[in-house]
Amino acid sequence: MNEKRKRQLTKNLIALWSIFVIGFLYVPMIAVVLASFSKQRYFQFPISSWTLRWYEKASTSLSIRDLLWTSVSVALLVTLFSIILAFFGSLAFARYEWKGRKLYQRLILLPIFFPQAVLGLALLLWFSSIGIIPSWQTAVFAHMVWIVPIVTLIMSIQVYSFDPALEEAAFDLGATRLQVLREITLPILSPGIVSGGLFAFLLSWGNFPLSMFTTGADQTVPEWLYSKMVSGYTPMVPTLGSFTMGSAASVLIIIYLSWMVFRHKSFKLNQSSANKEE
Amino acid sequence: MAEGNTSSKWRFNPGALAAIPASVFLFIGFAGPLAMVVGYSFMPAKTFSLLQIPTLENYVSVVTDSYYLSFFWSLLLASISVFLLFIICYPMAYGMAKLFGKWANLITALIVLPLLISENIRLFGWVLILLKNGILDGTLKYLFDITASGLLFTVPAIVLGIVYVYLPFMLFPLVIGISMVPESLKEAASDLGASRWQIFKEVEIPLSMPGIMIGGILTFILALGSLAESKILGGQAVIMIADDIESSFTFAQNWPKGSVLSVMLIALSGIIVFILFRKIDLDQIIGRR
Repeated sequence: MNEKRKRQLTKNLIALWSIFVIGFLYVPMIAVVLASFSKQRYFQFPISSWTLRWYEKASTSLSIRDLLWTSVSVALLVTLFSIILAFFGSLAFARYEWKGRKLYQRLILLPIFFPQAVLGLALLLWFSSIGIIPSWQTAVFAHMVWIVPIVTLIMSIQVYSFDPALEEAAFDLGATRLQVLREITLPILSPGIVSGGLFAFLLSWGNFPLSMFTTGADQTVPEWLYSKMVSGYTPMVPTLGSFTMGSAASVLIIIYLSWMVFRHKSFKLNQSSANKEE
Repeated sequence: MAEGNTSSKWRFNPGALAAIPASVFLFIGFAGPLAMVVGYSFMPAKTFSLLQIPTLENYVSVVTDSYYLSFFWSLLLASISVFLLFIICYPMAYGMAKLFGKWANLITALIVLPLLISENIRLFGWVLILLKNGILDGTLKYLFDITASGLLFTVPAIVLGIVYVYLPFMLFPLVIGISMVPESLKEAASDLGASRWQIFKEVEIPLSMPGIMIGGILTFILALGSLAESKILGGQAVIMIADDIESSFTFAQNWPKGSVLSVMLIALSGIIVFILFRKIDLDQIIGRR
């Protein structure tokens, strides 16, 4: 009895601690959102008067529109290319037995362990010595060096749970390689592809250290925020910061919901076709 | 028969084939730039071409200059951060692996979400909290008439930033490590009369070691190369190695010197990762086959 109570106490303490840690993770973000509604030019707490003025200002600013456009373009292209590369990359990582696999697994993950600022500088060096002028397009390439390995890892987790017998069965029934890819492999791996793509988009959208050195004259939102942060306080920083957080959350929610709807539908479709066959 | 031939041809080595796109990309995007950094580290100072007579002068000047100071700070702050992270994350990871049941998924999601927000926005949140007249200082003044104004731009603020940003990278490996410890072993140890502390020390820690190693080394390396934390929260309190690398490349326009420092940082991290990867099996940890 005493032992049981002790165990319950430990559990409660650990739960309390975990809630505290999660709070620790979210407090700074809440601070940014609060600051964006403060009327004063210089941040002071407690906030005395509230306003939406900074949001109005941000929404009419053409330079902010440019920043957002650059960030979105980079993130979309990174997502597209990363999914393609990581799809095959994860099959090699987790699906097939082949000679160099162990070595490949280690090498492909190296960029994740690499300091991003140094990677950004190395890429800058690389671009300028082969005569490419850095712009937002080179930033796409730079982000991918870091993001492709991450997406590969995320997709691999899905691939590990994938039963190769399904593919083999389809082959035995006379399906071509393309048919197997389209009808078996892609649908089964689609949860991994969706979550990998989501990570790719959001990690690129929020990336700063790689963008800082590889965008050249163009600027992404995180870069702009950083340049304003180090040059003194302006209310535009928390405002645009809150906006980027809000849009990341919206992307997440929209993708999640449409994924649920899509799954529900395809589940129904499968059921009805199964019924017909009966 | 023809069918069988084509498929067996396809099955000949699909793994190696599938590995080609990502490998080629990383060869161009990762190995290439690294080789170039190594190449530049042997070029004469303040030059912008690789076509010169190689020299070791940069290495000599880095060792004789005061750069060891920024290496020292980076190593110190990274070690402190990893230690704190382990203390903070272990109980929580234990809860997520063993106690929370289905709540663990929600907690995982709550920890992953901040990762998708730019780290400089989140660090800026700490600036707002620690700032003079900021959230902490303002609240204390308002409630108790105490000031806490000198918190920003200090060494502890940098450690706070590092711990804050890299927490998930310690937590998740620990969760995986701890969940690899079979309950039956703990019960067996308990049946044989081991105390809770003994079980923890003799069973749980050794068996969850792969997770502890990955978490510790991952956060150590990330902290070693961190830049935004010391810039945003540290002001000029201390210069970390990534600061030195950045300013050599940008303000000083001394690519060879920046390259030498990068090579040293990479070598340091590389040795640590190499030791780690020799000891663990990725299939077992990620795929749990």
